[in-house]
Amino acid sequence: MDSPARAWREFGPRYRLEAAACAACGQVSYPARSVCPECRGREFSAVVLPRRGRIVTSTVVRVPPAGFADQSPLPIALVEFENGVRTMLQVTDAVDLERLDPGVEVRLEFRRVRSDGEAGVILYGHKAVPV
Amino acid sequence: MRVGIVGWGAFIPRRRIRVEEIAAVWGADAPSYKKGLKLYQKSVPGADEDTITMSVEAARNALARSGGVDPVDIGAVYVGSESHPYAVKPSGTVVAEALGIVPDVHIADLEFACKAGTEGMYLAHSLVKAGEVRYALGIGGDTSQGAPGDALEYSAAAGSAAFIFGSDEDRIVADVLHTHSWTTDTPDFWRREYMHYPRHGSRFTGEPAYFRTSMASARAAMDKAGLEPKDFDYAVFHQPNGKFPIRVGKMLGFTMEQLETGWLSPWLGNTYSGASPLGLTAVLDIAEPGATVLVTSFGSGAGSDSFVLRVTQRAAAVRDAAPRTRPQLDENQVYVDYGTYAKLRGKIRLAE
Amino acid sequence: MRDVEIIGIGMVDFGELWTDSLRSIWAGAALAALDDAGVSEVDLITVGCMSPGLFVGQEHLASLLADEIGMAGVPAGRVESACASGGLAVRSGFAEIAAGLADVVLVTGVEKMTDVDGADATYALGTAADQEWEGFHGITFPGLYAMLARAHTARYGTTREQLAAVAVKNHRHGLKNPHAQFHLDIDVDAVLQSTLVADPLRLLDCSPVTDGAAALVLASAERAAELRKGRPRVKIIGSGLSTDTISLAGRADLTELAAVRRAAERAYAMAGKGPGDMDLAEVHDCFTIAEIMAIEACGFCEPGRGGPVTEAGDTALGGRLPVNPSGGLKAKGHPVGATGVAQVAEIALQLRGEAGDRQVEDATTGLAQNMGGSGGSSIVHILEVV
Repeated sequence: MDSPARAWREFGPRYRLEAAACAACGQVSYPARSVCPECRGREFSAVVLPRRGRIVTSTVVRVPPAGFADQSPLPIALVEFENGVRTMLQVTDAVDLERLDPGVEVRLEFRRVRSDGEAGVILYGHKAVPV
Repeated sequence: MRVGIVGWGAFIPRRRIRVEEIAAVWGADAPSYKKGLKLYQKSVPGADEDTITMSVEAARNALARSGGVDPVDIGAVYVGSESHPYAVKPSGTVVAEALGIVPDVHIADLEFACKAGTEGMYLAHSLVKAGEVRYALGIGGDTSQGAPGDALEYSAAAGSAAFIFGSDEDRIVADVLHTHSWTTDTPDFWRREYMHYPRHGSRFTGEPAYFRTSMASARAAMDKAGLEPKDFDYAVFHQPNGKFPIRVGKMLGFTMEQLETGWLSPWLGNTYSGASPLGLTAVLDIAEPGATVLVTSFGSGAGSDSFVLRVTQRAAAVRDAAPRTRPQLDENQVYVDYGTYAKLRGKIRLAE
Repeated sequence: MRDVEIIGIGMVDFGELWTDSLRSIWAGAALAALDDAGVSEVDLITVGCMSPGLFVGQEHLASLLADEIGMAGVPAGRVESACASGGLAVRSGFAEIAAGLADVVLVTGVEKMTDVDGADATYALGTAADQEWEGFHGITFPGLYAMLARAHTARYGTTREQLAAVAVKNHRHGLKNPHAQFHLDIDVDAVLQSTLVADPLRLLDCSPVTDGAAALVLASAERAAELRKGRPRVKIIGSGLSTDTISLAGRADLTELAAVRRAAERAYAMAGKGPGDMDLAEVHDCFTIAEIMAIEACGFCEPGRGGPVTEAGDTALGGRLPVNPSGGLKAKGHPVGATGVAQVAEIALQLRGEAGDRQVEDATTGLAQNMGGSGGSSIVHILEVV
C-alpha cells in the first residue's frame, strides 16, 4: 500500500516543485536535501523550479511496472531546467514517441502519476508535456 | 463595494473522439446524432488527468491573469464536480495544496450535477461580497462518464474552468452585478452510490428540467438587473449538447451573435460542471470593455445559477497571460479511436 | 595489510530453480566451496544478497544461513549494494583477512528471485534505483539503462548492432559454461527482433531473472600455502570500491560509469597494475550497454569505443581481451546477490587453469567488475596467480 504519510511529506517538491539553493555556492538541489552535493554546505534557501525545461535523454518503457499498466507505453525523460537541475519525469500528451530527442522543450503540468490500485491513494505530481 | 472576477482560467485536455467513432461501435446512426444533438466530437481526458489535475491547471491560469494575487491571500477554494477523484477526500485540498493556498483557507467540494461549478463561483463571490475573505476561488470541472452506447456517451467530456473573485477595483476583469439561483427538486438525471454510470429520464430532462429551470433563472436574473436580452453582449447557457443552449437562448430572446462565443459544446462535448464556466472563459477571452454578460448554468436535480457580469478594461490587458479557451479547444488536438477511449476512460476491465 | 588468496570455489547451476529454496541453493554453493578448499571451519561468513526481504520475505539472512550449514555461532553478516552485493561480500571477506581479523572466510552470494511474480520482481529490482525520484514515475531498470544507451549513442554513435554483439558474444561463451542458465546460441537479428522492453533496449539486451548462488573460501597466504600445497594458487591483489549518484539526474556525465572507473582505478592502484595487464575480465553486463560502458570505464578501450571493440571481436574468447568468458550476466544468469561472487569465482577458475572449454590461454591476471543499480556503486577485484 502506498503510504499516505510519505505522499504527504513529499507535497512540497511534487506539488509545488520546491527545491533548495545552497547558501554557499548557489547550486540548486531538487528535491531539497541535507548537504549540498557540490560544496557540502548545509544551509539552503527555498526556491521553486521553473515549469519549463529541456529533455536530456529519454526512453519509452514498454513493459511497465505494477501500477502503471494503464499508462503503457510510458515515455520517461530526464529533464533539465535553466538552473541546471535535472529530474526524471514522465512525458505525457506526446504525439510522437519517436520525437523525444535531447533538446526538446517541455512544460510541466500537474497530473496523476499513479494510483495505488482502485482503493489506495492517488499520487499526484508533475509530468513533462512536449511544447 | 464592487465584487467581481479578478482572474479566469480554462483547461481543456488535448484528446478528442469523434461522434462517428463512438457510433460505429454501437451501430448507431452518426449523422443523425450529430444533427440531433449538434455535436461533432468531445474531449477525452488522458489516463493521468482528472478533475483535480485540470482544476490545478485552470486555477494556475486564473492566478496568472490576476495581476499577482498571492495564493496565501485566497481565503476560500471551492471545487464543483460530478467526478471528484475520491468518493471521500476533498479535491479542493489537493488543488489548494498545489497552488500554495494552504493552510489558512476554507475549502469545500461541491456537487450538484452540472451546476457544481457555478455553485462554487456563487459561494466564492458571496464570501468576498460579505467581506469574509479577500479573494476566493471557484472552480468547475469534470471528467464525466456516459454509459457505453447511451446517448450521454456521445457528449460526456472533460474540462475545467477557474475564477478568482475579489474586490480590488484595479484587479477586477468582470464585475458581478447580480446573481439569481432557481432550484426545485426535479429528478431528471441521477446516479446511485456504487453505480458506475448515471441514469436519466430521457425526454423528461428537456422541457420540465433544463428549459424550465434555465429560463426561470435567467429571467429572474435579468429582472433583478432591470435588463432585457437585447441589453446583453454575450449569453452563456449550460451546454449538454450543441442544441439546447441555442434553443433556450433563442426562446429567451437572444441572438446567435450573442450566443456563439460561449458556445463550445459541438466541438467540446458536455464538460458538466465545467460547461457554462468554460463558456464564460471563452467570452472573457475576447469581450470588449463594458460588455454585459449573462451566464446561466443548469444542474440536473435541478437548479440553475445565473450571473450578470460586466467586463472591465482590465480583461483585455491580461487575457494573454495564460492560454485562452478556444485555442485549447481547437489546436494541438489528438484524435483517439474507441479502443483507446475505452482504455483511457476505464471502461475496460483490467486484471486485479 | 596481509595477502589474501582464494582457496575454494563453489558454484551451483543458475536458472529457475523451482525445487530449491534460497537456503538450499546457498548451501549447495557454500558446501561446494568448503569442500573444494578442504576446510570445515571458517572464521567468518559473508553473504551478499540484494533483497531476501522482498523476494522471499526473509531478513536476518546470514544468521539463518550459518545455521543452515551447521555453523551457528560463527560470525556472519549480510552485505548489500544492490546488484553489487556479491562484490561487496568478497570485499568484506578480503578486508577482514587483510586486516588480520580472520584467517579463513566463507564468502557467498545468493538470490532467489522466482518465488515472486514478474511485477513483484521488477518492483524489488527497482529498489536499486531512487525509489522516490525515479521509481515513482514508473521507470524500470531497462528504462534507466535505455536512457544511458541513448546518451551513449548520441555522443559516440554506438549502434544497435554493437549492443547486440555483446549479447551474441556472451551467449556463445555461455554454451561452454555448464552452470549457465542459457545454453542458447543467438545472432544479431535475434536480438534486434526480440520484444522492445524500453526503447531502444529489447528483451535480448537484458539479463534474466535467475535463482543461484556462488561461494569462495578466502584465506590468508599462510593458510593458503598449507591448504593449496602443490596446486595452483590465486591471490586477490587489488580491491576497489566506489559510489556515484544513485539517480541519473545527479550524474555528471551520462555517458560514463564513473563509479566503475573509480573502483577500477582504486583496484589497479592497490594491485600496482593497469588495464593492459589484464588477461581477461568479468564485467557487469546487466544490459548490453552496461558491458560496453564498463569496458570503457575499466580502461580496456577509449571512452566511446566499447561498441566498435566488441563488434570487432576483441572481447570474445580468442580475442585480445576476453570479457565475460563465463557467459556474463546475460547467458550465465543474474541471481543478483550471487553475481559478484560468481564473477570472482570465474576469474579464479580461469587463473587456476580449470575453466575447461572456455579456458583463456595463459591467463595469469584477471579483473572482476560488479555494479549496483544504474551505476550507483561498483566494486572491482583484481586477481593474479601466485
